[in-house]
Amino acid sequence: MRAKASRSRRTLGAAREATGSPPPPRRSALKAHFRGAAFVPRGVPSAARLPVPRARGPQEGGTRQLPAAPPCGMCSLSLFPPSPPWDQVTLYEYNNELVTGDNYESPPPDFRGQWINLPVLHLTKDPLKTPGRLDHGTKTAFIHHRESIWKRCINAWRDMGVSGVLNEVANSEEEVFKWVKTASGWALALCRWGASLHGSLFPHLSLRSEDLIAEFAQVTNWSSCCLRVFAWHPHTNKFAVVLLDDSIRVYNANSTIVPSLKHRLQRNVAALAWKPLSASVLAVACQSCILIWTLDPNSLSTRPSSGCAQVLSHPGHSPVTSLAWSPNGGRLLSASPVDAAVLVWDISTETCVPLPWFRGGGVTYLLWSPDGSKVLATTPSAVFRVWEAQMWTCERWPTLSGRCQTGCWSPDGNRLLFTVLGEPLIYSLTFPEHSREGKGQVGGAKTATIVADLSETTIQTPNGEERLGGEAHSMVWDPSGERLAVLMKGNPRVRHGKPVILLFRTRNSPVFELLPCGIVQGEPGAWAQMITFHPSFNKGALLTVCWSTGRIAHIPLYFVNAQFPRFSPMLCRTQEPPAGGGGSTHVPLFTETASISSPWDPSSGTSWSHSPSSHLQ
Amino acid sequence: MGVWRRLSRPPPRFSSVAAAASRPFGKAPSPGCTERVGERVALRPPSPSQLSASLLRGQGLQVPSGTARRRRLQLPTGRSRGPRPRGGSSQAAPRAAPSTSGSSRGPASFERLWRAGNPAPAAAAAAAPAGTMASASAAAGAPAPPPPPPPSLPSLPGPGNARSPASLERDRLWRVLGWRIATSVVWSVLLLPVCTGAFVFFSSLDVLHPVQWVSDALHDLYGSCVLSSLLLLSALVIVISVFNIEFYTVVPSIPCSRLALIGKIVHPQQVMHSLVHSAMGMLMAWCAAVMTKDRYHVLAVPCTDADSLESKAARACLNEHHLFLLLAGAFMGYSYSLLYFVNNMNYLPFPIIQQYKFLRFRRALPLLLRHSAVESLYLLRNFCFLYYFLGYIPKAWVSTAMDLQKDEKQPPLDSLSGLFDLSLLYHVWLCGVFLLVTWYTTWVLFRIYATEAHAFPVQPMFTGDVEECLPRVLNDNTPLIIKYLALQDLMLLSQYSPSRRQEVFSLSQPGGHPHNWVAISRECLALLNDLTQRLVMYQEAAATNGRVKPPSSPVEPKKPIVMEEETAFQTPKASLMPKALMPSLVKASLFSPKFASPDTLNPVCSPYGDSVSNRAVGIVDIKSPRHEGPQSLQSPQLTRRGPRLWTSLTDPQSNGPRSPHASPPPIRREAQHKGRGPPWKLCLWLQNKQEQVKSFLAKRVLIVYFFSKHPEASIQAVFSDAQMHIWALEGLSHLVAASFTEDRFGVVQTTLPTILSTLLTLQEAVDKHFKLPHVSSRPPRISGSLVDTSYKTLRFALRASLKTAIYRITTTFGEHLNAVQASAEHQKRLQQFLEFKE
Repeated sequence: MRAKASRSRRTLGAAREATGSPPPPRRSALKAHFRGAAFVPRGVPSAARLPVPRARGPQEGGTRQLPAAPPCGMCSLSLFPPSPPWDQVTLYEYNNELVTGDNYESPPPDFRGQWINLPVLHLTKDPLKTPGRLDHGTKTAFIHHRESIWKRCINAWRDMGVSGVLNEVANSEEEVFKWVKTASGWALALCRWGASLHGSLFPHLSLRSEDLIAEFAQVTNWSSCCLRVFAWHPHTNKFAVVLLDDSIRVYNANSTIVPSLKHRLQRNVAALAWKPLSASVLAVACQSCILIWTLDPNSLSTRPSSGCAQVLSHPGHSPVTSLAWSPNGGRLLSASPVDAAVLVWDISTETCVPLPWFRGGGVTYLLWSPDGSKVLATTPSAVFRVWEAQMWTCERWPTLSGRCQTGCWSPDGNRLLFTVLGEPLIYSLTFPEHSREGKGQVGGAKTATIVADLSETTIQTPNGEERLGGEAHSMVWDPSGERLAVLMKGNPRVRHGKPVILLFRTRNSPVFELLPCGIVQGEPGAWAQMITFHPSFNKGALLTVCWSTGRIAHIPLYFVNAQFPRFSPMLCRTQEPPAGGGGSTHVPLFTETASISSPWDPSSGTSWSHSPSSHLQ
Repeated sequence: MGVWRRLSRPPPRFSSVAAAASRPFGKAPSPGCTERVGERVALRPPSPSQLSASLLRGQGLQVPSGTARRRRLQLPTGRSRGPRPRGGSSQAAPRAAPSTSGSSRGPASFERLWRAGNPAPAAAAAAAPAGTMASASAAAGAPAPPPPPPPSLPSLPGPGNARSPASLERDRLWRVLGWRIATSVVWSVLLLPVCTGAFVFFSSLDVLHPVQWVSDALHDLYGSCVLSSLLLLSALVIVISVFNIEFYTVVPSIPCSRLALIGKIVHPQQVMHSLVHSAMGMLMAWCAAVMTKDRYHVLAVPCTDADSLESKAARACLNEHHLFLLLAGAFMGYSYSLLYFVNNMNYLPFPIIQQYKFLRFRRALPLLLRHSAVESLYLLRNFCFLYYFLGYIPKAWVSTAMDLQKDEKQPPLDSLSGLFDLSLLYHVWLCGVFLLVTWYTTWVLFRIYATEAHAFPVQPMFTGDVEECLPRVLNDNTPLIIKYLALQDLMLLSQYSPSRRQEVFSLSQPGGHPHNWVAISRECLALLNDLTQRLVMYQEAAATNGRVKPPSSPVEPKKPIVMEEETAFQTPKASLMPKALMPSLVKASLFSPKFASPDTLNPVCSPYGDSVSNRAVGIVDIKSPRHEGPQSLQSPQLTRRGPRLWTSLTDPQSNGPRSPHASPPPIRREAQHKGRGPPWKLCLWLQNKQEQVKSFLAKRVLIVYFFSKHPEASIQAVFSDAQMHIWALEGLSHLVAASFTEDRFGVVQTTLPTILSTLLTLQEAVDKHFKLPHVSSRPPRISGSLVDTSYKTLRFALRASLKTAIYRITTTFGEHLNAVQASAEHQKRLQQFLEFKE
């Protein structure tokens, strides 16, 4: 097997010998390229980037073309296979390559046996109302009646607090004494000045909440695309989608009922999260609160009443932009870019504990590591934190050039990949294996290493040259830790500003490796809105891409999981025809060993299945 | 009427006045029941009476002659055993025969036996764990003095005849909690100067002359009066801590009716608490007055009357400002104490996440300050009203008692013009804030220190500290707080600590028995079974709506024997079925030892008082095999199952919620009653009278107002200790899930069917419970308040964690669960869980 593995490497141009030996022979060549240490944990002053790699040997990917590559940059992306013709869509990965077809509805014949029964949705914008009609109330139906000043003040007090009252008084005509009006005008000006001072420290605070959400969202176009948020259920073939009008639809592979969730408070939905170890609990991050929907899986109703939703709110904690359930289903974290504290919720008793956090101005993105031991929390300023989830202490990581844009955890929770706004690089941060034994320490590595360089480059295609690269917008790692998908920010010089999805092969142990796999392409004219992996797909990985056209495409990546295929009851059992419009047929279960072994042998992916240990769960 | 009667029985934490009030409604033995006892006795297989005698002896010494003090001490443990007697006695039903037959010899022999056992207390008590169990169950049966008195801490003088279990218990309490509490007291004393400094600073507030203000305040800080009042304040803070320690509870007491609430307030202990607090409030206010100086400094001031210039030095006038401040302090102290009990502030809520103590304190601090400031404002308002109407009384009294004259120049403070003195109001408010902040700080620190996680070792390092390790602590008769801490630790270790989990799954060195796992899982399952049982009973109480059914079902006593065999690894559900047949009398008697107050249990005419029935409960309880009594105690049925796995012997399943058979305690008592003639008749007559009085009273609106139960409250009361069950669920499910990869010896596998069936049965009971009216409505949430109301929604937490626990096991084991033995119904349910359709 080892021989096969190395052979496959060689075919790919890799020079590494055996899987187990970390230091490759050409370390000197590597040195030129791999810069370490952009980040230093709390306590250490943020040092400048060290020009030397860490002594512990390479933990980097994209190593193969080093001799040919210029010393800095571009090497990793230039390795990418050329993107498919413009009118082809990526359908699946098989035999280590991405297979394309004309469209999603008619997959090529050889694929028929592999299809999975998931609904491929096409939700168009037309039936949805425009976002202009966000006002749910019946206020507009009534003729405006001017109440007395005191009544209006009371209303304003209730709605907006002191500033509302001041505003009301300052704008009143001839109803109050002149000096009261003047005084409130001054007070209002003072308030605004104070707010702007605060805003100048944290510029994002002066944004409108819609802009805030759009700014920090993991989707490329939150404000006008018809799909806003997408979330897989962690255990079953069920997912929830938020549409532009902030209604949520829940699709289930086994049922034709599509519940549509609407609630008075469900506005500006920025995140969705299904509770792990539960069939039916969905947390929704809204403008002013968190809604917890409890959807009875056996219910036949398509419009669950808003009585099924539990409202959690906390003063000063709005808009909520990120939610994270602990993997053991116990606690929910919520974050808002304007609130400096992360809230830890106990949903059933509706109690929350704010985790203190005084610098950074807010929290934009939360990500709980799959083993439940750590939480990544990014801020709008150039710093992010990693919380340890037992005693809730944290390590602070100041970044140099910008805020942390996105991140993803390895399945065992020991490695964090993240990107920084304004840098076309992927950094990696390692954590010790048994940090959970030592209470109250995160114990991350002292420095982060660069594992991939995504800077703009030119690749040769049969049709000529093509440019590729830029900054990453969001990044997801599949639950088995073998595929990494990166959604790039739109770059006007690359494909006319269309966001590109790059797919990498990864390997986490014994050494970290990152190899290019391919480019995922959608229909012509469709922009990738967001990407995510199915949490319990046992035939490899399942990448779900939401396109700007309103299509939700599932792209199965078939490979043999290095780890034992995890138990996933639904996927094992369900054989029924799909609910949605997927062009699928009745298929037997996909068996890894029988049908796949021979074609897979030469591929580099196979060798991974023999990696000595897997740490997942 | 019917509803009322039925509901008045079950709520567990009853307070005394409520109990007394509901006495007429309590169940008393009726002739029907005695007959049935006769049948039951006849049906039971007899077993050696010596055994029962020896048991009685071992038991007797645990039950002292029953002073109130003693009961206070024992009670928490009894409450901690709360589950045990129920589970135990239900299991003991078939085997309770010997004791039942023993009792047929009449109370005299009973008493003799007990007396005989008394002389040799120490040896027997130390010898058998059964002894402790017995005492525990005795205490559980013991009538609950209404407010759950806290486990007494070492600071509390023990009763003169304290025996080894009690002292052991205190030892453990001291070892676990002693240092923490001491530290919390030290911290609150250390924080006192800070509060005092702030108080002095703000009390000499002078906005117009800031520099002078600051320099004056600094100067005052080093004054002798501040330093000396600091000493007094420290003493006060220590007294407050002692009260916190004395009155804390981990299970909130939820008054189910208005009368119960009033009863809670006027209970002697609480009255004492309130009085002491108002006295301390007055002392605090005095300190504040002394530190404020100005015109509040002393009570007697020279008069300022213009006409008596020459005798000014001789005459002393009453300084009403000083008096006002003192009275305000007393009022605030009293209100603090009142709110302390009304808001259940003696309840210790455990934090939802683990955090360092400093962080928790820092988080609580802003809340505390805000709460104190706002509350002080409200209290000031109330006090002003009070003083306006009633202020002349203390004023007249003080001035006569101390021979002080009224200063005519000063406006009297019980007038509108006198009260509207901003400086006075500010100082009183500030004094209130100072008082509340110091007291709440002490309280918050105590809460933080007491609820901090404590790591119990799973396996003893040395043979000496066997008492300290987790399985022992869980199973032993420990104070409730220790049990809570142990369960919390179990939950934490099952989640976060692979190495300690390994210890749980390990085998004992000589012999290779998984003692740790058996002990832990047994205790958790017993807790959960107990909850199932409680829920079923509650549902029945709600379903039958209090109607009394004809009290006979001759088939019933036979059931246990059949069931014993077939439900070994089956669901306890099967045994729940005959529930509908169960005469309400049995149910009533089931409830009575656990829930009802002493008086309901013992009719007035019982010559033996509490102690007899306590003993009776204890005796029956000691027979349950799960208390690991002598082997021969086991019923023939159980012994016949000999060749089964080791789990079967201590199979927690077998003390499943087999409630129909859980009636021995009342049977005993009724048997005793049978032995006596005339008092029994008297009893009946009294009962009739009571019924009449009840029905008369029930028609009066005012009475109904006070007695009517708040449905929400009684539901909360059922789940008041659900935190324990939540931890047990989490701990158990995490351990089972971890065993999938970590359990090398297959230790957990043997218990897996039992665990699954227990969880599923509980799930069924909980599901049913949530279909009752009022149950699924959420009480309003008060966010960001210092007062914790999380106990009101514990039932939702329990439901959520139960589901999560089952899902955790099913997702981990997956298809393998199909190989686990389970009843068809549970198989179906499991399948639902496997398909994520629950």
